[in-house]
Amino acid sequence: MSKYTLLVVAFCFAALAGCASQDIPDPDPSDTTYGSEAGADTDGMANDGLLDGENVAYDPAGGELADIVYFDFDSFELGADETEIAARHGRQLSQNSFLSVRLEGHADERGSREYNIGLGERRAQAVRRVLLLQGAQPSQIATVSFGEERPAAMGNDESAWSQNRRVEFKYTN
Amino acid sequence: MRITLVILSLTTLLLTGLAQAELTIEITEGIKRRPVAIVPFGWEGTGAVGPLDVAGVISSDLTRSGRFAPIAENDMLQKPSEGADVDFDDWLILGVEAVVIGRVTQTGDNAYSVQFQLFDVFGRDQLVGYRMPASRGTIRRVAHRAADMIYEKLTGIKGVFDTKVAYVTAEENRDGRLYSLTVSDQDGENEYKVMESKDPIMSPAWSPDSRRIAYVSFEGSRSSIFIQTLRTGSRIQVSSKPGINGAPAFSPDGRQLVVTLGGIDGNLDIYTLDINSRQANRLTTNRAIDTEGSWSPDGRYIYFTSDRSGGPQVYRVSASGGTPERITFEGSYNARPRLSPDGKKLAMVHLDRGNYRIAVMDLERKDLLVLSAGSQDESPSFAPNSDTLIYATRPGRDGVLESVTADGLIRQRLASGQGDVREPVWSPFQLF
Repeated sequence: MSKYTLLVVAFCFAALAGCASQDIPDPDPSDTTYGSEAGADTDGMANDGLLDGENVAYDPAGGELADIVYFDFDSFELGADETEIAARHGRQLSQNSFLSVRLEGHADERGSREYNIGLGERRAQAVRRVLLLQGAQPSQIATVSFGEERPAAMGNDESAWSQNRRVEFKYTN
Repeated sequence: MRITLVILSLTTLLLTGLAQAELTIEITEGIKRRPVAIVPFGWEGTGAVGPLDVAGVISSDLTRSGRFAPIAENDMLQKPSEGADVDFDDWLILGVEAVVIGRVTQTGDNAYSVQFQLFDVFGRDQLVGYRMPASRGTIRRVAHRAADMIYEKLTGIKGVFDTKVAYVTAEENRDGRLYSLTVSDQDGENEYKVMESKDPIMSPAWSPDSRRIAYVSFEGSRSSIFIQTLRTGSRIQVSSKPGINGAPAFSPDGRQLVVTLGGIDGNLDIYTLDINSRQANRLTTNRAIDTEGSWSPDGRYIYFTSDRSGGPQVYRVSASGGTPERITFEGSYNARPRLSPDGKKLAMVHLDRGNYRIAVMDLERKDLLVLSAGSQDESPSFAPNSDTLIYATRPGRDGVLESVTADGLIRQRLASGQGDVREPVWSPFQLF
């Protein structure tokens, strides 16, 4: 499992091009890629005939937009790269009011489980604040913390823990 | 006195089969295990053997306590089932200090009478004798009840053999991860799956009457708190507010839960929640993480985890509100407080030189005793006799359960369930 599970932007609606603001170039309609998220969260409802939806991220700048940001040990602050990723999600939400996102916060497995729910929520809220600063509306954003309950990587060392301290962007519309 | 036993019939729940729990006992310090004899019980009824080896259940209960060493049947010089036939000299020679005899008598198609007597070999006298009605469905609990009485007579500590444990497991399968909430007898027998989900299940908590379990479920990718009645399998959703709904624990009268709510801005605080009216009363307002609330047995206080001072520490606040008071000061990480049912001790997860371990604080003397030896030990839960705790540890990839006496002298690993086992909670005494 890659540390940087990237969401390949699945974007092809030219009709939305008009939504982009002036200082952000319109996406190149020929630059369309489809993809699905690979990774840990494959919980599905296969037996019920409906599969989990795929994340569809819209990046006005084109290119790939990560749908996971990672955090340092005992930290709830976004680094420069992570802040930029979150800001791009925020702009996307503010420019497309029909989009909504669920921010899923996670912690590594050390310590008490319900306290780790709190730590995961803190990370989700740090991302939420960036989204709001970029003009996303509160109604577009939900947060959930899974604490240590849904690790992306199993293991008792920092290489696993560093993959688990994260916030995932899940688009829900 | 007549004890009416009602077996839990978890009719709507999945019976996952009787799990033969594998058990290893690891005595961590030099406790002398007292030699006793549990003589195979007599049987009067149709068929060659009775419905259950009652002496075998009693013997394994006493062995599992870590305090007794029942002698092998082959070493017994006599196997009486009548009190008058007990020859104390035969038992003195073997060096056993107590002898248990008994018999099972069939009294109907599915009706039995289980009788036992406990003798003090040195005092040459009976310590306790008792007879209980049983059916095929209840005879195992009757045997545990007998073991409880024997244990209490010999140690002065109430037995907890007739109790249950709830725990959560996570198993990997083709479709991803499957989470289960399971209840079993404290010896690992009679496993029942209470609830199963592809989304995480957390924080099971027993009601004081041990008929209901509250838990957190993430079905639908949001957290909700449910209360499920074990006998019927029916459940009610008691909290599903925006943001976090977590860490439920019942009040001593069973009418309220203490819960953690986060709200849309994610500020985790402690609330009490009236189960009938769903009326929530906020007890903390700090911007820090306040969570893992737990009632004191007298109902006056809520103990909880808060990182308002930087790292997580244990605080308490009056159950009716007020200014929280800090309880723990030793170490940089103390979380998930649970009070012993006698109100004298506080168990918690304590960071001990880089290892998350179970520690118990004596609330009067304020001293902290580290009880476990793992690196990621969590979720301490007291047995209803306040003498023993159960918790989860992670020796490898998967979590397993261990129990330890509150003095730290007897620790043992309980291999039960499949997959990653976590969050064990010991039931109260079963009053039905």
